[in-house]
Amino acid sequence: MTAVTEPTEQDQLAYVAAKAADSRVNVELETDDGMTLNIGPQHPATHGTLRIVAKLDGEQVLWAEPIMGYMHRGYEKLVEVRTYPQVTTLINRIDWLGSFANEVPFILACEELMEIEAPPRAQYIRTVLHEMGRISHLIMGVGDMGVQIGALTPMFYAFRDREYLLNQIEAATGGRFHPNFDRIGGVKDDLPAGWIAETTRIMKTMTAFCDQMDDLLMGNEIFEQRTRGIGVIPPELAQLYGLSGANLRASGIDWDLRRDSDSPMAWKHADFKVITHTDGDSFARTWCRLQEIRESAKIVTQLLDDLPSGPIMAKVPRIIKVPAGEAYVATENPLGEMGYYVVSKGDLGPFRVKIRTASFSNVSIVPWILRGVYVPDIITILGSLYFILGDIDR
Amino acid sequence: MGLVESGKLPKPLTNLLNISRKYSLWMYQWGLACCAIEMAAVMAGPRFDVMRLGVIPLPASPRQADLLCVSGTVTDKMVPSVRRLWEQMPDPKYVISMGSCANCGGPYWDSYSVTKGVDQVIPVDVYVPGCPPRPEALLEGIVLLQEKIANEDMAEKWRGDPIVVS
Repeated sequence: MTAVTEPTEQDQLAYVAAKAADSRVNVELETDDGMTLNIGPQHPATHGTLRIVAKLDGEQVLWAEPIMGYMHRGYEKLVEVRTYPQVTTLINRIDWLGSFANEVPFILACEELMEIEAPPRAQYIRTVLHEMGRISHLIMGVGDMGVQIGALTPMFYAFRDREYLLNQIEAATGGRFHPNFDRIGGVKDDLPAGWIAETTRIMKTMTAFCDQMDDLLMGNEIFEQRTRGIGVIPPELAQLYGLSGANLRASGIDWDLRRDSDSPMAWKHADFKVITHTDGDSFARTWCRLQEIRESAKIVTQLLDDLPSGPIMAKVPRIIKVPAGEAYVATENPLGEMGYYVVSKGDLGPFRVKIRTASFSNVSIVPWILRGVYVPDIITILGSLYFILGDIDR
Repeated sequence: MGLVESGKLPKPLTNLLNISRKYSLWMYQWGLACCAIEMAAVMAGPRFDVMRLGVIPLPASPRQADLLCVSGTVTDKMVPSVRRLWEQMPDPKYVISMGSCANCGGPYWDSYSVTKGVDQVIPVDVYVPGCPPRPEALLEGIVLLQEKIANEDMAEKWRGDPIVVS
């Protein structure tokens, strides 16, 4: 095995300028010094349309470069020409697996500017739906991680159990995974009859899914050998790259905005654990996600048990005009910290919205983490970083 | 055998060919955005299970595929790849455009980077509306496509311009 030679900064820049920075689909194979492997933009392992150009020396990656923008839809520009109620429809689709979680920080930022607060029942319903979105998101992540190492079974189980959850979200909001349910000052509707009992029952199914995956995937010898010690992110580096969510917590940093921020959402009324792991490898990241499903199921059950009664909407004018000002609100989304910086000039729509998404920062570590790994490990590392392309490119 | 190309295919043989093609569609998945999740639910989810319609998901390469399902937002940066993979598929080939984004741009109708409709670059057989469409809607789209294939005249399809694969 030859040692990996580090290319100089200049070599990298020249290569990027010559090959990678353009949007051409073609990347020619090279013979002079190693080979260039083009993964994507259409590849099942890239969760959509991420493209990775890797320079190989035999089976080892000399360096790799993620190329983004294949899913850029221009959200930040589009919301400038929408009114506030219209924006939630659009931003639902940023992180399409945990859609409800996308609406919450934007609505909270608008409420902060308007100086209104949603009634407690609305906050509880919001938090419950937020956590249900998180479960449906992370279930896919765990099932998908199985596919990345060649085990198809977890995916089928994940889809089976996810359908129960989507049924409940649909019963409450009307959408399978684009609820568009959050309103400035509250939520759109109250929960339907019988929903609470059914959801509590389904949370037990989710816990059973976690037990099953603990046996099926986490205890699997092949899975451990493919993921243990692969793609280790040291805690200092994780902070430098701005990672958040399970990727950060798997490196041993105990940081969760649900617990650490003074959000008006109902997380402070629930008793839950923030899952951390000290290894920082692919296994730790997947393990953290799986245990987070457990904790989320616990939060949902607790909050539904002591759901307060009362109105679900605060007093909000019929035509929503947000007073001039600026606000940044971030919440802990399934993938990490997601924040909206809303600038208002007192119009019907926002003047400018900056969207901070978790996946963009999470995927920025890819060139560092892929250096020196073997080609099959590219797939498992990408699977364990777990990003959504709409969340990266927006 | 030259029968199809010359247009002398007997009617019973056409029906037989159509039935076989109808129930052995290899569906190449082009998961682009939110719709890809619903498409995955159709392909891998036990509740919807597209294989009972005779559609086999996830061929290894577009060269093995009969049906392309474009699911999600097609951006201007992505369009060359879509066109290229469609060109790599062998004839006869069919395209399902799934979701509002692939049909016409959907909620991004005024975006600067989104292609307003994948039918600008490749011919589409079935449009499935919705944002995203329910899995049942995609299943119905596949059934409609199968009806179309069953009533198709192969010779008619073949007599067009020769197809150049780059």
